[in-house]
Amino acid sequence: MARMKFLCDSERCIECNGCVTACKNENEVPWGVNRRRVVTLGDGMPGEKSVSVACMHCSDAPCMAVCPVDCFYHTDQGVVLHDKDMCIGCGYCFYACPFGAPQYPQSGAFGQRGKMDKCTFCAGGPEADHSEEEFKKYGRNRLAEGKLPLCAEMCSTKALLGGDGDVVADIFRDRALKRGKGGEMWGWGSAYGKPEQKPDAKKPEVKS
Amino acid sequence: MRKLVIASFVAAFALSACGDKEGVVVYKQGSYSGKTDGKPWENAAFAGDKAKWENSIRVRGQGQNEYKRVGD
Repeated sequence: MARMKFLCDSERCIECNGCVTACKNENEVPWGVNRRRVVTLGDGMPGEKSVSVACMHCSDAPCMAVCPVDCFYHTDQGVVLHDKDMCIGCGYCFYACPFGAPQYPQSGAFGQRGKMDKCTFCAGGPEADHSEEEFKKYGRNRLAEGKLPLCAEMCSTKALLGGDGDVVADIFRDRALKRGKGGEMWGWGSAYGKPEQKPDAKKPEVKS
Repeated sequence: MRKLVIASFVAAFALSACGDKEGVVVYKQGSYSGKTDGKPWENAAFAGDKAKWENSIRVRGQGQNEYKRVGD
């Protein structure tokens, strides 16, 4: 079973914002809500680095832990989705998320917040697949069409990779070995943790 | 001997609140209570064929590897 993950190669990202535009257009995301954005470190300085950031669909998602109404769920493919009908727009998930993924549409005056919106890995939400209701609330369901998120598929330099974690990790490893540098997988430690040690694996003996 | 027994009882009682407890907060995941979501292959495009869906995702995933697309 595929375990969906994002990986952004900062050696390749050229800050074109193609992923941001693709996401906005494909999901018809309203003004003021950015499911994906490009962050540049050391902008204008030699050696600047850019990374495309959105919900990373964490293995142990903090948003799920803090939600007071338990509106989040993990799909079998590891995508973190939420039920907008249950969301109360409290903003706890925004504070818990290490990637600043949850977004809130301005629904009224005086900073009144609407229901939380975030990247769905182009997997829609808890409505009938390809229904109008699903599109209005969550955006396009490309996963149900057998496709990957448009941000990753549209990336011109293939800096942003999306899909089965093993596949994208293999692509990145092959790439990093060929160029001989830039093997840092930004955000992977925070989102997916370190490789798990098998419980039955014996620890090596330490000589005193 | 008697004094020693009494002293050990007193010490056990007096130090009972000095235990070291785990100070790290462990967050428990809530249990989802919203609407159920279908599988991505349970629609007209794949007609419940999970293998076909997985193959489609695998092909799309490999499409991101330009080394395979254009050769080394």
